[in-house]
Amino acid sequence: MLRALLLILSVVAFFFAELCKPDAQNAFKVRISIKTALGDNAYAWDANEEYLFKAMVAFAMRRYSSKSTTQISNVLLCNVTDRVSFWFVVTDSSKNVTTVPGSEVEAAIRMNRNRINNAFLLSDKTLQFLKITSTLSPPVEPSTPVWLIVFGVVLCLIVAGIVFLIVSGIQKHKKKNKESTERENLEEKVEVTLENGIPCEALDLKAGHINGVFAADDERFTSL
Amino acid sequence: LSATSEIPKEDGRPKWDNKFQYILSCIGFAVGLGNVWRFPYLCQIHGGGAFLIPYFIALLFEGIPLLHLELALGQYLRKGSIGAWNTISPYLGGVGVGSWMVSILVSLYYNTVLTWVMWYFINSFQEPLPWSVCPLNKNRTGFNEECYESTAVNYFWYRKTLNITPDTVESGTLQWWLILCLATCWAIVYLCTIRGIETTGKAIYVTAIFPYLVLTIFLIQGLTLPGATEGLIYLFTPNLNTLKNPRVWLDAATQIFFSLSLAFGGLIAFASYNPTKNDCEKDAVTVAIVNSMTSLYASIPVFSVLGFKATTAYWDCLDRNIINVINEFDLPEESIMRQNYTSWISFLNSSYPEKIAGLKLKSCDLQEFLDQSVSGTGLAFIAFTQAIVLMPGSQAWAILFFIMLFSLGLSSMFGNIEGVFTPLLELQIIPKSAPKELLSGIICLISFLIALCFTLGSGSYWIDIFDRYAASVPLLVIAFFEVIGVVYIYKIKRFSKDVEWMTGRKLNLFWHITWRFISPLLLLIVFMAFVTLQMQKPPSYTAWNPKYEGFPMKEEKVYPPWVQAICVLLAALPCVCVPLVALFHLVKQKCRSKNPSFVPPEVFSCEGASS
Repeated sequence: MLRALLLILSVVAFFFAELCKPDAQNAFKVRISIKTALGDNAYAWDANEEYLFKAMVAFAMRRYSSKSTTQISNVLLCNVTDRVSFWFVVTDSSKNVTTVPGSEVEAAIRMNRNRINNAFLLSDKTLQFLKITSTLSPPVEPSTPVWLIVFGVVLCLIVAGIVFLIVSGIQKHKKKNKESTERENLEEKVEVTLENGIPCEALDLKAGHINGVFAADDERFTSL
Repeated sequence: LSATSEIPKEDGRPKWDNKFQYILSCIGFAVGLGNVWRFPYLCQIHGGGAFLIPYFIALLFEGIPLLHLELALGQYLRKGSIGAWNTISPYLGGVGVGSWMVSILVSLYYNTVLTWVMWYFINSFQEPLPWSVCPLNKNRTGFNEECYESTAVNYFWYRKTLNITPDTVESGTLQWWLILCLATCWAIVYLCTIRGIETTGKAIYVTAIFPYLVLTIFLIQGLTLPGATEGLIYLFTPNLNTLKNPRVWLDAATQIFFSLSLAFGGLIAFASYNPTKNDCEKDAVTVAIVNSMTSLYASIPVFSVLGFKATTAYWDCLDRNIINVINEFDLPEESIMRQNYTSWISFLNSSYPEKIAGLKLKSCDLQEFLDQSVSGTGLAFIAFTQAIVLMPGSQAWAILFFIMLFSLGLSSMFGNIEGVFTPLLELQIIPKSAPKELLSGIICLISFLIALCFTLGSGSYWIDIFDRYAASVPLLVIAFFEVIGVVYIYKIKRFSKDVEWMTGRKLNLFWHITWRFISPLLLLIVFMAFVTLQMQKPPSYTAWNPKYEGFPMKEEKVYPPWVQAICVLLAALPCVCVPLVALFHLVKQKCRSKNPSFVPPEVFSCEGASS
């Protein structure tokens, strides 16, 4: 009796061993980098962690197919290395000694990737399922691009500065005109320093009076 | 035109608030983007510390004399470039017109470079920085292909900023974000130059001093980064063998020349607002030395940061190899570290050579990463932005860096705009009653509209063309004619008397020798060497083409004939002004001498009132 039991167990174990080996059908390789993710807070990978892993995979399968038949014992791990890396398969308890198709496992893992990562305090990069690509999360895009806001602020400041300068320039110009007309009126009453009938200030302000006959062709200097 | 008392004190010409403002404006004009992104690059490729030898020789015999000449000229004649050269001799009026044209061409494209700086600046307020991550592709399974194959910084520069076309001929469309930034930049320039030196004089206090502050901050930060010492040692280790290459001497001479912003007419304009009794000799020496010291000072943080970047890239390369080896051999994590990498590799190679060969490990060499030299926009927008991403607190560093670049460029723009503005003001294009604000507004508006061409997809190729052809050969020609004109046509005896009157002491023998012989000779040699080097091969450029087989390497292309014609036009147009104007006056003189009724009279007019 005992011998028969042992024989059956060894056959089952043999088959199970056949199910889980590197590059087996429906088997996936997992690579874990705990020290990279956690540094000093890294935990050691031991049998308990393996148990948690099996539990998480079983959980993922249950959530995905909602069949509630996957047990922890259905998840087989093998070839655990120091790296830490190993292969796993999920067996189907309803059908004898077969594995759940890889596509189902992949879909289940994908759906629950976040939960699995968080159970181990790892991320997509440090807990790698080598054949399962992860959907990358899109970057957060605010409704108005930030640069447009900054640009608006800068432009407003500049326009304000320009307007201020132009207005102050116009005001200064008006004040200068008013002052010069006042001064001219004042001087006409007093004594105007004249030179050839032109007040001296005008000579300074205007471009100088050039007698057109003598300054032909702007040649004010002796040519070469 | 005799020296003494014809120039009245109060002639209504604007003047500097104080001497410091004037010196700061000249320094701001001379110190520009080239001090940060061209000088360190030249130092690196031309044998590090050894490059300083030809650099200082060129400074002594070419830079300082020409600078002194321009400042003395402007200060004495109290006119912008066109008016000043017309005063020296009507036949040399073309020199003024030529430098005025170069100032216009350079203002157009220089402000577009500032546009790019502004675009990066306003994008630095985001977390994460937009050039640090690649965007996802359409179905979110991976990254955008163009970005993935090159790097995120390259993608942001070539695609998100420039939206560059693969060829100069393909213009692409106007990039609306660049148009917005261009409008802002021209608005800033208008704001600062609205009333000529009245407003630039105030703005220069900020734009000229701020870069030094930021450079110091970057210096302190840069020296604390890992790998900074490697970068600095690499930069400054002198390799005296490079001095045997004439290319090095040529690069030193051209670098000094363009770095001091000579022959733009801006320095003449700045000096013309000075009181005449001012020591222009001391000013020239001060400005030139400060400019060179700034170049040296700027190269220290630049190379610390580049050394840091190279070290980080080297470590990344090592780490990637280590991960590959660990994964392949299923070794425990952290069994191979950077220090024992080489011993592990040799051990594994002897035991499992096929496996190692199958991994196709990249050879990581720190020297190779340090050798990747970049200058110009590549340094600022690709290399530096990548290094900034690696620093903690990247946003702050990015903001500081781009404000610094913007101030450097803006203070140089003031000089360029002054070189355009002052002669126009003197030529009285607009009536005297109209305000100065109108003229500066018109200049800025027209420049903005023309510069819209640079916001096309092919805009950066055109800016390269302008930089290479409009801002190189014409300046050498104009400077040559400046020296010859003053020394041999105006006559050095007269000029030295004028300078003596201004500075109050006799002109040093050094100036006599350099102005008469050394500087013109040097300029002639540099010009001929420069032109010969340009003519040796057909003008080509490198294009960013995602469809190229060697992508992400850039594709070498040759300019089509019509573009080459434009290059020649850009280089020749300012130069050709010089003989054209001389010819025009010659013909006018001949016509008048043929007509006997027109006797050229002696005229005594209030020359001072018209300045």
